[in-house]
Amino acid sequence: MRREKAPPLIALLAAIGAAFFVVPLIGLMVRTPWADAAGSLASADTLDALRLSLIASLAATAVALVFGVPLAWIYARVEFPGRSVLRALTTLPMVLPPVVGGIALLLAFGRRGLLGGWLYDTFGITFPFTTAGVVMAETFVAMPFLVLTVEAGLRSMDRRFEDAARTLGASRWTVFSRVTMPLIAPSLLAGAVLCWARALGEFGATITFAGNFPGVTQTMPLAVYLLLNSTNTESSYVLSLVLLLVSLVVLVALRHRWLGSA
Amino acid sequence: MSLDVAARLRQGSLDLDFQCEVGEHEVVALLGPNGAGKTTLLKAIAGLVPITDGHVRLDGVLLEDSASGRYVPPERRSIGFVFQDYLLFPHLSVVDNIAFGMRARGQSRSAAAATARDWLERLGLARYATDRPSALSGGERQRVALARALAPGPRVLLLDEPLAALDATTRVEVRHDLKRHLDSFAGYRVVVTHDALEAMTLADRLVVMENGRLVQSGTPVDVAERPRSRYVADLVGVNLLRGRAEAGAVQIAGGPRVAVAGATSGDVFAVVHPRAVSIHLAKPEGSPRNVWSGRATGMELLGDRVRVRVEGAVPLVAEVTPAAVAELGLHTGREVWTSFKATDVAVYPA
Repeated sequence: MRREKAPPLIALLAAIGAAFFVVPLIGLMVRTPWADAAGSLASADTLDALRLSLIASLAATAVALVFGVPLAWIYARVEFPGRSVLRALTTLPMVLPPVVGGIALLLAFGRRGLLGGWLYDTFGITFPFTTAGVVMAETFVAMPFLVLTVEAGLRSMDRRFEDAARTLGASRWTVFSRVTMPLIAPSLLAGAVLCWARALGEFGATITFAGNFPGVTQTMPLAVYLLLNSTNTESSYVLSLVLLLVSLVVLVALRHRWLGSA
Repeated sequence: MSLDVAARLRQGSLDLDFQCEVGEHEVVALLGPNGAGKTTLLKAIAGLVPITDGHVRLDGVLLEDSASGRYVPPERRSIGFVFQDYLLFPHLSVVDNIAFGMRARGQSRSAAAATARDWLERLGLARYATDRPSALSGGERQRVALARALAPGPRVLLLDEPLAALDATTRVEVRHDLKRHLDSFAGYRVVVTHDALEAMTLADRLVVMENGRLVQSGTPVDVAERPRSRYVADLVGVNLLRGRAEAGAVQIAGGPRVAVAGATSGDVFAVVHPRAVSIHLAKPEGSPRNVWSGRATGMELLGDRVRVRVEGAVPLVAEVTPAAVAELGLHTGREVWTSFKATDVAVYPA
């Protein structure tokens, strides 16, 4: 790259832009009570929230993989009427305010919802205010990230490898599992990590659809918010820092994808 | 027993309409310029591209037939396909690449791996068994791709430009190996190429394809001696003229009369080898019956000879020695006379 000196105005605006992100992070680091950090983390409520967050976000990622990869495959490979409309609908949660997503989920899977009523009457299953509901809310918000990433991977792969596999006698399922999936492994991984990170941070849809019950539906972001409004404000800083570290790890792991080699 | 293909299909600007039968005793080279539809035809045989109209019949069994709507998918056709850039699976080791077809066809992991290792031994590539294909050279990849296609024991072997991805030195060596494998393969063999030398050395029969159509089919010698299109004539380096034969001459459409020996009639091709064409600075007086004026428009050194392109009543290529070029003071743009004897013209029906 050519070395260039920035004009003063550009340099100033860029510096303010960067500071806007860096200062809050520094603030978090400075105000975190490091001495009590271990104690805050070890409290029963915090551990519950951490455990629930990990379980729910991983489960949401698993659900997203099971249903999202086939969906991405259909979007990338099959032409059918209404594909672009369906595709837009299923990626809507990326831009939808999460709280709206939560309400929509309630209307569909709540005990009086479109499907929820039937599920309760027939099987006695309820989703709202359960851990399963947390997983649903997180999946709803996070799965589109996986679908879009995997679809892009499928579109950019060299499909002639699939032709080669078929001439070697591979059934369409074998081609999918032994050739297509391994070849798009980087997209698959990136999509899953992105999806998981989004699920881990989910707040709005979760609190709307699943509520905020410690041990059952109270995930880390919910706990952080609750602690912030309690007498134990400093514990929320510690938890925030934990979430920050997780995000940082994800970003570093994916840096080759989005940040280039810079 | 034969591989019988009749295929009509459109793909982009390609309009394919092709019919051909391949026997077990022969290696067929499908020769043609880029975009002629050679690769598409191979894919149609393998079932990777659907045929709009026609059929593929292998050993009397219909694999595809537009009339009855029958279509056997590629994975259930006994066809080995070597792709132009090999398409070795980058995520599998070399030995797993070769074992892939046997695994897909239901062999156990250990049996497939054992056979794959045998192949690697035979190819002298055993030391690369656990490496990824990216660790191999071009020639080695070609051999692995061939082994991968052959390992499941197909009835048909289709090779798409098997040597095109290699540099000139490797090509000679790999061509030799490939010839050996082709000769020992019991089944139907079709090699796609746009390289005349490759076609001549590998195949027993050349099938020439242009614009999706069959132009000519015959032994390498036959095709070289009696080209039926400008493409083939250029490929084998001879002058091809077309016209109507009448009383010891061929009347070129909108051109001169070419004196020929022997009696033929009707629409004919006339071939003159560049070696038989002489170049003169002044109009020659002598026995050659065909004497035309023209202008040298291009010269190309080819080994110990110079090919001189002369534009005149008909474009001709003459082959002369570098010494002759120097003595005559030939250069492009120079007015010259060309001559060749009637007995040097081979005439055959078009």
